[in-house]
Amino acid sequence: MTEFLQQLLNGISLGAIYALIALGYTMVYGVLRFINFAHSDVFMVGAFIGYYAGQHLPHGTIGGGLAAMAAAMVGCAILGIAIERFVYRPLRSSSTLNVLITAIGMSLFLEYTGQLVFGATPRAYPALFPSTIVSVHGLIISMNQVVVIVVAAILMVALQFAVFRTKIGTAMRAVALNPAAARLVGINIDVVISFTFGLGSALAAAGGVLYAINYPSIDPLMGVVPGLKAFIAAVLGGIGNIPGAALGALILGLVETFVDGSHWSTYKDAIAFAILIGILLFRPAGLLGRFTAEKV
Amino acid sequence: MPRPLAALLLAVLAAAGVSLFSGHIDPYYLDVLMGVGINVILAVSLNLVNGYTGQFSLGHAGFMSVGAYLSAWITLIEGPRILGASGGTAPEQAALFLCALVLGGLGAAAAGLVVGIPSLRLKGDYLALVTLGFGEIIRVIFQNIDSLGGALGLNGIPNYTTVFWVYSFAALTVFTVVCLVRSTYGRGFIATQDDEIASEAVGLNTTRYKIVAFVVGAFFAGVAGGLYGHFKLTITPDGFDFTKSIEIVVMVILGGMGNTTGVILAAILLTLLPEVLRAADQYRMIMYSVALIVLMLARPKGLFNFDYARLVRRLLGRARTAP
Amino acid sequence: MWLAALAAAAAVVAGCKPGEHGIRIGEYASLTGKEAAFGQSSHKGTQLAIEEIDAAGGVLGRKVELVTDDDETKQGESATIVKKLIFRDKVVGVLGEVASSRSLEAAPICQANRIPMISPSSTNPRVTEIGDYIFRVCFIDPFQGTVMAKFAKDTLKLHRVAVMTSVSSAYSVGLAKYFKERFLADGGEIAIEQKFQEGDKDFNAQLTAIRAAGVDGIFVPGYYTEAALICRQARELDMHIPLFGGDGWEAPELISIGGPAVEGCYYSTHYSPQVDTPVVQSFVARFKARYNGEVPDAMAALGYDSAEVMVDAIRRAGSTDPAALRDAIAATRDYNGVTGTTTIDRERNATKSAVIIEVKDGKFKFLETVAP
Repeated sequence: MTEFLQQLLNGISLGAIYALIALGYTMVYGVLRFINFAHSDVFMVGAFIGYYAGQHLPHGTIGGGLAAMAAAMVGCAILGIAIERFVYRPLRSSSTLNVLITAIGMSLFLEYTGQLVFGATPRAYPALFPSTIVSVHGLIISMNQVVVIVVAAILMVALQFAVFRTKIGTAMRAVALNPAAARLVGINIDVVISFTFGLGSALAAAGGVLYAINYPSIDPLMGVVPGLKAFIAAVLGGIGNIPGAALGALILGLVETFVDGSHWSTYKDAIAFAILIGILLFRPAGLLGRFTAEKV
Repeated sequence: MPRPLAALLLAVLAAAGVSLFSGHIDPYYLDVLMGVGINVILAVSLNLVNGYTGQFSLGHAGFMSVGAYLSAWITLIEGPRILGASGGTAPEQAALFLCALVLGGLGAAAAGLVVGIPSLRLKGDYLALVTLGFGEIIRVIFQNIDSLGGALGLNGIPNYTTVFWVYSFAALTVFTVVCLVRSTYGRGFIATQDDEIASEAVGLNTTRYKIVAFVVGAFFAGVAGGLYGHFKLTITPDGFDFTKSIEIVVMVILGGMGNTTGVILAAILLTLLPEVLRAADQYRMIMYSVALIVLMLARPKGLFNFDYARLVRRLLGRARTAP
Repeated sequence: MWLAALAAAAAVVAGCKPGEHGIRIGEYASLTGKEAAFGQSSHKGTQLAIEEIDAAGGVLGRKVELVTDDDETKQGESATIVKKLIFRDKVVGVLGEVASSRSLEAAPICQANRIPMISPSSTNPRVTEIGDYIFRVCFIDPFQGTVMAKFAKDTLKLHRVAVMTSVSSAYSVGLAKYFKERFLADGGEIAIEQKFQEGDKDFNAQLTAIRAAGVDGIFVPGYYTEAALICRQARELDMHIPLFGGDGWEAPELISIGGPAVEGCYYSTHYSPQVDTPVVQSFVARFKARYNGEVPDAMAALGYDSAEVMVDAIRRAGSTDPAALRDAIAATRDYNGVTGTTTIDRERNATKSAVIIEVKDGKFKFLETVAP
């Protein structure tokens, strides 16, 4: 029973990180109908910003940890907005294939420049948050895991608030629903899209720092696999749907953790992809999404 | 005799000719030459899927690996049993190799069918990610099959690949793609790419066209994989990963999606360039990624996307009227 | 643009004509890519050896020229590079590679063209089985697995262990196999086996299962990237049993990433900079002087020895004729290298001792030498 609960905790913690990344994917897709391949590398950049910030901040304190995370979030928000402004915006009227290729190019650029600048060898991550371990009836709870779950939950609640209770959030939803109509009612599409990218990137950065705290070894290619998993989570929950992304991420985190502890652990990536394919075949709108017919 | 067929036979003869002299060519050059040929097969076959039919596949290396492993299994593992202890005569080995290549291609085509049927309902971004996923799944499967070497892969694959085989198949690939594109199938591919909904509305079975393009593309990728395996003599699951798929995609995009000549030129350039620029190797992937971005921003049609037939005719015309 | 590229190609090709040059030795290594850390280390050792040889006058009255090419940790590159080294650069011998998979790719080419190849640190037995022109200056995995099995049983007194294997690494799979064989033969018990992949970050699931099985120790024959995290997560799951591994553990990152979790862990490797012999200490000092204070690790030391053995064989052969060189390498007896006394045996492997390292007080501490 303890083993089951332990895996449950591990799964929720992993799912929380996937959720933070998945939210960025889902928001950008909702607003622009395109998958930002470079998102997983923004996650990586966030982790590295946290690493460098962490060298100037006190270790093992909540304040220090939050400050590093804030630095990463701000840095990546700027990065995300810059990428959108200079690389994606000029292509907004191009075919989706072109934008997709550009996104792939951007992703590779970030990864390989990272390898050049940071070196390919993994680095040790500083213990930004207090890393105490508590044992409850044989169940090991690491402070880091708790921090991940709490911070992720807070950020998601904040996001829900931003999207449903603020003006810009309403504007985001309007653009997601119908960009032409949104423009007609006077919404500045460019501002909304920039904001969306900034927000999504900030969340990915938070995810990056939290991931690095739990698995304290960072390298420039660290975003590739978590990014793919987060994308699968977003699709599982219904791409474009914010609570869906969180739900999908939680499910994926749990499934992955339980598979990891079983005989099939080396197939866990393959199983994640199989889930993606399954969902796209049988319920393409995702668990919480609504299927919108394509109008011509 | 129709022109494409004549061109094919000419190319095969030329390949045979060069192959006879290959003993006199510096083996390093031979290595590069064969690398070029194999990349041409990969790029042209992917162009059928990505370029002409507009289906963004990021898993081409996965099909290459299926062909590589299947053909290697036939020649390396089953070969001694089939050819006998002596190893067989040269014609026997050639026949075995041809069978291995074709079966490897068919295996890859079957994989293409398995991957294609569920995925081809999906559009652009989703298809890209699903094909990426399948490429990874295929890699993980091979890594876990001990009889195929597992993570260490297979080595000691018999050295059957020659210039003749590579360039004959390259010519065959180009021939097939060109013929397909010029046929009614080709119209179907292009219609699917232009506007899928309109095509469906006029009664075209776009799914069928997509699957045909996918499976044919996968077949030739498998053949290329077989040629690759019998040329490098060692294959590992890791060597056919996402990065390899991306390299082929870059060739297609650089060459101009849907322009076979352009893609061939791009394949040649992108095989030779790393050999020339060995000093700048660490920057290679960065340059590729920047090239992708810049190309999409500035010249999305691709760098080599010219109407070569018209270009040649104009040049000839000018030569004729020159004083 | 591509006309310029073709012109450049022609220029490079023309410039490669070998004129009056020294004795050329080729090296292929992973200077970039995933395993760049190992490749660069090995290259530094090799380069230092060649520089010292040339400073002392070279060999057979000529200078030695090292031609190095980067295989980028990519499949397919090693074959092309080695062909270039043999045919364009006309090398008399080839040094490489660290990873067995890439050695296996290049070896058939060297063998077919009768150019001797010495691998500094490929430990998979298959490499030298390719042919009689292929050698290595390190021990092989069957030996290393045995060393750790004996150490676990006899020194650490462990009876019930778990084995965690990285299935995406042939090195890991091989080492695990030989460890298990010896450990079971010695009467030990393998209570549970778990698998993981390179690049994995989360091992809680596997470790939780191991914890439930109740073992005295865990053997992790993988690379430091995962080993460090495995140790950390094991400690977090309240498992305070020793973890141990092979030469893939050796890197400063093991300690920087693993932190206090790797205290009291052990691994086997080819050499230690702490071995208190004049040969080793002098090497360490010269390496540090050449490379900005960097302490040479096992890869660097083996890279150094591979170059030294190659040149020593040239000296003994009295010529650079490939067949004579091959015979001279095969005849290497008791060569006093920095990684120990090297003798090339009949299978063209080196019969050498291994050293066991313990992580103590945040540093690598040399524990003992294990003779074959």
